[in-house]
Amino acid sequence: MKLVAAIIKPFKLDDVREALSEIGVTGITVTEVKGFGRQKGHTELYRGAEYVVDFLPKIKVEVAVDDGQVDAVIESISGAAKTGKIGDGKIFVYELAQAVRIRTGESGSEAL
Amino acid sequence: MEDILNLRYALDTFYFLVSGALVMWMAAGFAMLESGLVRAKNTAEILTKNVALFAIACIMYMVMGYNIMYPADGNGFIPAFDFAFMFGGDNAAADVLAQDPAAWYDGSYYSGMSDFFFQVVFVATAMSIVSGAVAERMKLWAFLLFAVVMTGFIYPMQGYWKWGGGFLDAANFQDFAGSGVVHLCGATAALAGVLLLGARKGKYTADGRINAIPGANLPMATLGTFILWLGWFGFNGGSELVLSNVDEANAVAAVFVNTNMAAAGGVVAALITARILFGKADLTMALNGALAGLVAITAEPLAPTPLWATIVGAIGGVIVVFSIIGLDKLKLDDPVGAISVHGVVGMWGLLAVPMSNGDATFGAQIYGLVVILAWTFVASFITWLVIKAVMGIRVSEEEEYEGCDVSECGLEAYPEFTGAKGSGR
Repeated sequence: MKLVAAIIKPFKLDDVREALSEIGVTGITVTEVKGFGRQKGHTELYRGAEYVVDFLPKIKVEVAVDDGQVDAVIESISGAAKTGKIGDGKIFVYELAQAVRIRTGESGSEAL
Repeated sequence: MEDILNLRYALDTFYFLVSGALVMWMAAGFAMLESGLVRAKNTAEILTKNVALFAIACIMYMVMGYNIMYPADGNGFIPAFDFAFMFGGDNAAADVLAQDPAAWYDGSYYSGMSDFFFQVVFVATAMSIVSGAVAERMKLWAFLLFAVVMTGFIYPMQGYWKWGGGFLDAANFQDFAGSGVVHLCGATAALAGVLLLGARKGKYTADGRINAIPGANLPMATLGTFILWLGWFGFNGGSELVLSNVDEANAVAAVFVNTNMAAAGGVVAALITARILFGKADLTMALNGALAGLVAITAEPLAPTPLWATIVGAIGGVIVVFSIIGLDKLKLDDPVGAISVHGVVGMWGLLAVPMSNGDATFGAQIYGLVVILAWTFVASFITWLVIKAVMGIRVSEEEEYEGCDVSECGLEAYPEFTGAKGSGR
């Protein structure tokens, strides 16, 4: 099993969610995060005082899937989240050692 | 004839009461404005300050402030005051109606209680100016202790010198609704406090950089500004003190219009100034601009034409932007711009009076300005010093980082956003 974590632009969340449900992904966790990549920050002024904006709001989408689904999930998220402009985000894939459905106690692939 | 006199008395009393109620509503405006411009972790504490100072002001003014400011007698410098007001009493109808109708407005033409009500909300306004300037790092109870002294003594004394018929009034110093007596006074008390308090941690760096500390809730700050704008119609409008004849009704209407135009001028001027200086429209500057316009016209909202009132407000709007930047350069940390809006522009308001009011002189205006400034600064500075020695005025460094809400109030303004309440919702 793998945990696929994607950092995406916040306004792309609905597109990504639809794309994922189209390929049969049944569960997803979303967190509000801030981050930056290779771009340097820019400065803004508040009442004449400069402040640096480098952390930009992003959304982290996490889905737990079987090994075989990983490529499809990556392709689906990439396609939905891409704008072609700076800040589109990244996808990370983690090894998932265990998964459990709390209500029924199922574990492993049956819990996904 | 008696019917008319009854009606005049009732109308002018009603007018005082409604104007006073509008000015009371400004307390909500200050609360919203200040809580919107501070950080989330300090919001509940500044709201507590605003609620409590209003209550303290009402009580101290009732106990002694009103009598100091409007004594039965005095030598022009020191009022011969008593503690009579809190024991009640008002004009007897028979006495009122026995007055000579031809000299009606020289006598008792409205309720004494309504006079107190109208005046007490002004002292609360002056006091609430201080809370914004010292926000995010002052101890709550130290502030409230200062409020007791300010509303019971410091403000009433200089109020007596002008509106109570004291020596400033005799010197022809003009201040229709209080650019000096209320706004400059409040801002000067704030300045004395800020000098002894120091800046927020992290606001200024040793190498001269000024760090931005953005406010947590701009919708509330905007709401607060509009509430203050509305309340100001009572502040300036009520200060005409009479409504019940054609000339006075016209005067009140002119005051309302001029007050509104000055605010409008202030907004536009501040917005454009901020756009030119910073490249973008700074909402907080626009809000300060509205208030600056209102403060600027407060010393003389009757005499100007609507056009001139707009210009007076606009000049206030330009001044306030530069003053806010200037105070930061002097390392005087004022989170909401109170000293700039009420103090610096308050002085402009006083000096603008002779430009539309032929009875005023620059000399008398400067005289009044200096007296109010000096008295309030010295009295406030001493009071702050004593409080600092007795209990300290600044929260500890750790409390400042944690936020005054937790350390001073034991609760949070936005517990579900900041998560201290836990994820239980």
